[in-house]
Amino acid sequence: MADDNKSTTPSPPGGEQKPAAEKPSGAVQPTPAGKPPNPTAVPPKPAAPAAPAKPAGPVPVPWDSPMVAKLKRQYGSGIEPLTYLGQNYMVVDRSLIPEILQVLRDEEQFDYCVDITAVHYPKREKPFDVVWILYSFPRNERIRVKTMIADGEPIPSATPIWAAANWLEREAFDMFGIKFDGHPDLKRILLPDGWKGHPLRKDYGIIEQDKEWVQINLGIESGQ
Amino acid sequence: MTDTSKYLSHLELGERDETFLDSNELVINMGPQHPATHGVLRVILKLDGEKVLGTECVIGYLHRGVEKIAENRTYTMFNPYVDRMDYVAAVSNGLGYCEAVEKLLNVEAPPRAKYIRVILTELNRIASHQLWLGTHALDIGAITPLFYTFRDREEILKIFEKYCGARLTTHAFRIGGCQYETYDGFEREVKKFVDFVRPKIDEYEELLTTNRIWVERTKGVGVISDKDSIALGVTGPVLRASGVKWDIRKAQPYAAYSEMDFEIPTGTHGDTYDRYLVRMAEMRQALRIISQAVEKIPEGPIMAKIPKVLKPPVGEIYHSIEAPKGELGYFVVSDGSTQPYRVRVRPPSFVNLQALDLMVRGQLVADVIAVIGTLDIVLGEVDR
Repeated sequence: MADDNKSTTPSPPGGEQKPAAEKPSGAVQPTPAGKPPNPTAVPPKPAAPAAPAKPAGPVPVPWDSPMVAKLKRQYGSGIEPLTYLGQNYMVVDRSLIPEILQVLRDEEQFDYCVDITAVHYPKREKPFDVVWILYSFPRNERIRVKTMIADGEPIPSATPIWAAANWLEREAFDMFGIKFDGHPDLKRILLPDGWKGHPLRKDYGIIEQDKEWVQINLGIESGQ
Repeated sequence: MTDTSKYLSHLELGERDETFLDSNELVINMGPQHPATHGVLRVILKLDGEKVLGTECVIGYLHRGVEKIAENRTYTMFNPYVDRMDYVAAVSNGLGYCEAVEKLLNVEAPPRAKYIRVILTELNRIASHQLWLGTHALDIGAITPLFYTFRDREEILKIFEKYCGARLTTHAFRIGGCQYETYDGFEREVKKFVDFVRPKIDEYEELLTTNRIWVERTKGVGVISDKDSIALGVTGPVLRASGVKWDIRKAQPYAAYSEMDFEIPTGTHGDTYDRYLVRMAEMRQALRIISQAVEKIPEGPIMAKIPKVLKPPVGEIYHSIEAPKGELGYFVVSDGSTQPYRVRVRPPSFVNLQALDLMVRGQLVADVIAVIGTLDIVLGEVDR
């Protein structure tokens, strides 16, 4: 509810009206409708079958606020601020990454790093979304910052900005294999050190496991 | 620009075989099988005599891949799994997940369902704090509170059992509302419980608050400042005991909390004793919320109109609630199909546990036990 405490942000009702207005245009160009305008919000895999079917529901609308305007002036097309169901997020260019996080913390008072995580879209050219969920105590505002990176591409660590990023980045590394440059101790956190593979990648099956590790360390044929 | 390096120290253990004998430093293992780590937490301690020079947590022993399971179940099927994360506060886990998916579906639970949710979640908060108090006191050496708190927690579990058939992993809520209407006499029984437990909380306090051993073991132990708490992402009672008046129930109200009148208890010193006082005060506030909710509970449907097969539109949402241990968040990504594309759980225990190193550095070994207790971690949630 209070996510959208900005006067300029349309509240959930606004999000509901929008799709109604945009439905016709969605019907005219069914397949590409979801993709080019907001490539990050739509996982590419299901977009093809999902888009021509039925009404698409609410869509992200541009997010406007004094802070966003300021950042936009500074970084131009490098950031794309959006609102979805009353929640604000910005898709930023990979090259802006440590800088924009630093600016958000130092100048915009986003002093609390809630979470750092990733989403894997294997069919995309840059298959990983890295997501920072931030909160500001003074502003009582929550935003998400999102960027896309290629497989194996390192991304600067946020540990110099928020100490909380330490374990969160280690988990993202453990589960997705994302390398955070400058992290003081980037190693697995939930899985054992010698484990091979990153389980939350989409190509890692649900019953898949590192058989070799299981056989050597547990002395059993299989954990399944 | 602040320097975060002081939070990020890690143990350099590589050379320990060569230097072990001629060094005063001793590296020992606490856990994973240790009664005071509340589960399977392994802490590597680097000691100089009795003094802790540094720690490193080794976690993951209870990792079940909950987030991976979510991607292979439908939204409805995944609902019971979340109860298995923080099994001490299963109702809160369920509430967070259900509300996150409801947000994604753009539906809202009916008012009556929201009130039922508030009552059960607050009951669960008391149960969680009671379990924390009993085990925390036991770790420090007071056995009696354990029996007191478990005796009284039983009454809460009986209410859960009567409501939904389960005592611990309740699966009390459904996406869109609640599955079950309250049973006959639910309100009466909850009211009776409130009257029953209020003097009991005084009783716990009588045992501990001015108890000299308790005060000596907790005052000034595991101090964390408000600045450090925020930098490390610590939430919940630990953050509030450091003096930050922040509670998601007030800051960004969910369920029916905007209609409830309650206060956010805070501490000043950020030590183990203050965290104890904050949690005791929180139990009383929870009772206050429960009695209001029972008085005001509206009539009406308990389930919103949602389709049998849930197919949230393409998009992503982050929703978080104030669980007994801190901010519990769900980041759910939908690809328009019946199964979530990704569910990320932001567990409070996991993030709070990061602060352990800072809190125990320079303290005594025995205080490590006290600090692990006061952080109130559940390993099911840390490891997921």
